[in-house]
Amino acid sequence: MEVTLNHYLLLAALLFMIGLFGVIRRKNLLMLFFASEILLNAANVALAAISYYTNNIQGQIMAFFIIAIAASEVAVGLGFLILMYKRMNSVDLDNLQIMKG
Amino acid sequence: MFETLAFYAFGGLTAAMFLITVTNKNIVYSMASLAAGMIFISGFFFLLNADFLGVVQIVVYAGAVMALYAFGMMFFDSSKPSNEHITSNKSIFGLSIGAALLTVAMLCVPVSVEHSYKTLDGAKNPQQVGMELFTNYLLAFEMASIMLLVAMIAGIVLAGKRMDDSYTTTVDHHDRHIEDLKLNQEQRA
Amino acid sequence: MEKILLIALFAPLAGSVFAALFGENKKTLVAGVIPSLFLVIGTACSLYLLTVVMSGTVVKATLFEWIAAGNVSIDFGFVADQISVVMMCVVTIVSTMVHIYSIGYMSHDEGFNRFFSYLSLFVFSMMVLVMSDNFAGLFIGWEGVGLCSWLLIGFWYKKPFATWAANEAFIMNRIADLAMLMGMALLFWNIGSLKYDIVFAHAKLVDAHTLTIAAALLFIGAMGKSAQFPFHTWLADAMEGPTPVSALIHAATMVTAGVYLVIRAHDIFILTADVSYFIACLGTFVAAFAATMGLVNRDLKRIIAYSTLSQLGYMFVAAGIGAYWVALFHLMTHAFFKALLFLGAGNVMHAMHDELDIKKMGGLYKVMKPTAIMMILASIALAGIYPFAGFFSKDKILEVAFATDHKVLWLSLLATAGLTAFYGFRLIMLVFFGKENYKEFFPKLHPHEAYPYMLYAMAPLAVLAVIAGFFEESLIALLEKAMPIFEPHISSGEFFMLIGVTTTLVVSAIAFTIYKYSKGGFSPSLENSTIYKLLFNQYYIPELYDRFLVKPYTRMSDFAWKQIDLKIIDVVVDSIARTIYSSGEKSRDSVQSGNLSKMLRWMVAGLIVLLAFAFLYSIAVS
Repeated sequence: MEVTLNHYLLLAALLFMIGLFGVIRRKNLLMLFFASEILLNAANVALAAISYYTNNIQGQIMAFFIIAIAASEVAVGLGFLILMYKRMNSVDLDNLQIMKG
Repeated sequence: MFETLAFYAFGGLTAAMFLITVTNKNIVYSMASLAAGMIFISGFFFLLNADFLGVVQIVVYAGAVMALYAFGMMFFDSSKPSNEHITSNKSIFGLSIGAALLTVAMLCVPVSVEHSYKTLDGAKNPQQVGMELFTNYLLAFEMASIMLLVAMIAGIVLAGKRMDDSYTTTVDHHDRHIEDLKLNQEQRA
Repeated sequence: MEKILLIALFAPLAGSVFAALFGENKKTLVAGVIPSLFLVIGTACSLYLLTVVMSGTVVKATLFEWIAAGNVSIDFGFVADQISVVMMCVVTIVSTMVHIYSIGYMSHDEGFNRFFSYLSLFVFSMMVLVMSDNFAGLFIGWEGVGLCSWLLIGFWYKKPFATWAANEAFIMNRIADLAMLMGMALLFWNIGSLKYDIVFAHAKLVDAHTLTIAAALLFIGAMGKSAQFPFHTWLADAMEGPTPVSALIHAATMVTAGVYLVIRAHDIFILTADVSYFIACLGTFVAAFAATMGLVNRDLKRIIAYSTLSQLGYMFVAAGIGAYWVALFHLMTHAFFKALLFLGAGNVMHAMHDELDIKKMGGLYKVMKPTAIMMILASIALAGIYPFAGFFSKDKILEVAFATDHKVLWLSLLATAGLTAFYGFRLIMLVFFGKENYKEFFPKLHPHEAYPYMLYAMAPLAVLAVIAGFFEESLIALLEKAMPIFEPHISSGEFFMLIGVTTTLVVSAIAFTIYKYSKGGFSPSLENSTIYKLLFNQYYIPELYDRFLVKPYTRMSDFAWKQIDLKIIDVVVDSIARTIYSSGEKSRDSVQSGNLSKMLRWMVAGLIVLLAFAFLYSIAVS
């Protein structure tokens, strides 16, 4: 069977859902970051697929930038994570309830 | 036919890897499976004739980002599996399934694709990417690079040691100053 | 000409507002003088309008439209036609005198300013009542006088019985007003307008049954205001208010509003013979009933109140028989001599330091000659001796009753006249003549006459009480144009026989009274007889009302309050509020918990909602 754009989009959606599932389920902050990486990657797949099937290079450019942004996000996020660990000695999300109400 | 097979193979593997990432209690396993998933995603990119993107994916994601995560993981005690106190399973599954269903329903609408030609004859993918990137997206490229620089500095500042000691002042001018420095160091230690 | 009408109408209101400005202050003389001056202006305008109307023109003025909703169109219209101009003059003359009198009477009261405000407001309401040209305006004035009566009866609101009496008066009036409203609504439903001209012109077109009901309902409203049985208990209790209030409201003006209503609506009552006959019978009954209660009472003002009640009965008899002009005539003369009686009683009360028991007075003639003389004049007028005013009006009523073959009514009215003379002079004898009982009850008391200007205020009323009877001819000439003038057809022989019988009875009653009380009165053992007890306690009717009406109603309202209001309605409202509050709290706790995980979940939930919208939209578009 021919693989069409729909297949790729469906796959990207599936991966996105997996990532979403991880985001709302994980209580460990580091694992939360892993799940967010999955989200970004799923978007990348979708963009690349669309770029291939519409013969437009711009999708790939966008994917590039997303990769760049994801990298910097990881850097800064991990920095925060380390700070938080130094302060509270745990990376559990339930400890981070200062903004209650 | 080959592509179809590859697509389904890569797809299945990626999904499996990412499922392990989100469900496993051991942080090392989830990180490892995340790295594996990244590699398989790059397989997709190769399938889609996005060679440059695929290579960049491996180098940046599987190489740099995962290394970063690994270093980060070393800060925390990861020998014991993290006991996650999950409050309501029902809501999680419900939300996920709902979102999944809706997305599938939306995307099942057949997409009619028009082929818009914008190719350079005989150019490979990296050349094409470069052509596009450095003409239409030059500004965005520069901004992205500045953003990376800023992120790097931020990462260093956030996670680095306090730089109270200066290693650049000249030593021979103030011996007493150095003695004070040394005393301060000892007091702090 | 319209301006004169409006000045006459609004002058009392201006006085009231002026006095109200001083409401909380201590007594300021000008707050009493200015309303009186305004009323003098009002009186002058009314008298002028009287001359105008006597020459034939009817003055009308419409202020503005009040209700214009669908088919209903009621406006604030005022008219000075023959009937209303007579009432206007009576009201304004008596009010002016009472105002001037009150300056002296209330001079030691700390609510001086408030009193004049209320009093002028009352006069304004009464003017609205008599000058309005439709039933709705009448009702406004009706309620206004009820309100002012409540304010004034309960003027000394710190006395619990005064407030109770005020409430009793107001509530009784209200119950009767319900009937009046129903009557008005019935008329409006059948005729389509509330203006007098239109209603009375179309009254004969309404079918007889409905008209009877409407007339009966209107009369019930009149019964409440004029304190006919069974709505009579409030009048005697209303004596709790200051004496000028009793003089103005419960003698001359408010209680006559019911009679005015019947006179005004004579076109309707002429067509409903049954209701009119009932009115006449009820009037006779009340006249006799009240007179019997006045025979034995010891309270100075109550006796006069019962005599008012009795005379109101007379007026209703006249109206019921169909001689409306006679009722108006008696209303006019009665206003003058009854107000005079009350003001005189006020003087006596002042002299006796607010003591009301006449058995504790006596021999005051020596110290209060002018008051005594004026009260004697008023009592003679009340008894109906020629040539005083009461003779003409009262005898006319007896004549009319006799001539229309209502012999039973005539007989009872005659007997009542005798009783009236008796208790009127009993009052005079016990207060002014005889043994000076006050010396043994109040050894330190030195009664003195009232201020001169108060006596000057009473003087015009005294004069009118004497000469008002001679206005009969001019009154007939005036009222001919407005209502059918009922002239009894009796031969001159019968006429003189009637007068003779009445006068003999009255004179002998007076002579008997004077004789008996100069000898010391009746024996005290009479006080133990059953009849005495019955009369003294007002036939135990107040107790009856209390036991069978007030107490069950109180219990019911108590139940409604404690069980229904507190337990059901409050609970429902509170629970609604509590539900909203707690639901808000719960949602705040769940959404704004600060937990990142929870927030992420909410984000996904929002995402699902948006996806659903997008999906539906795409379906709709395609």
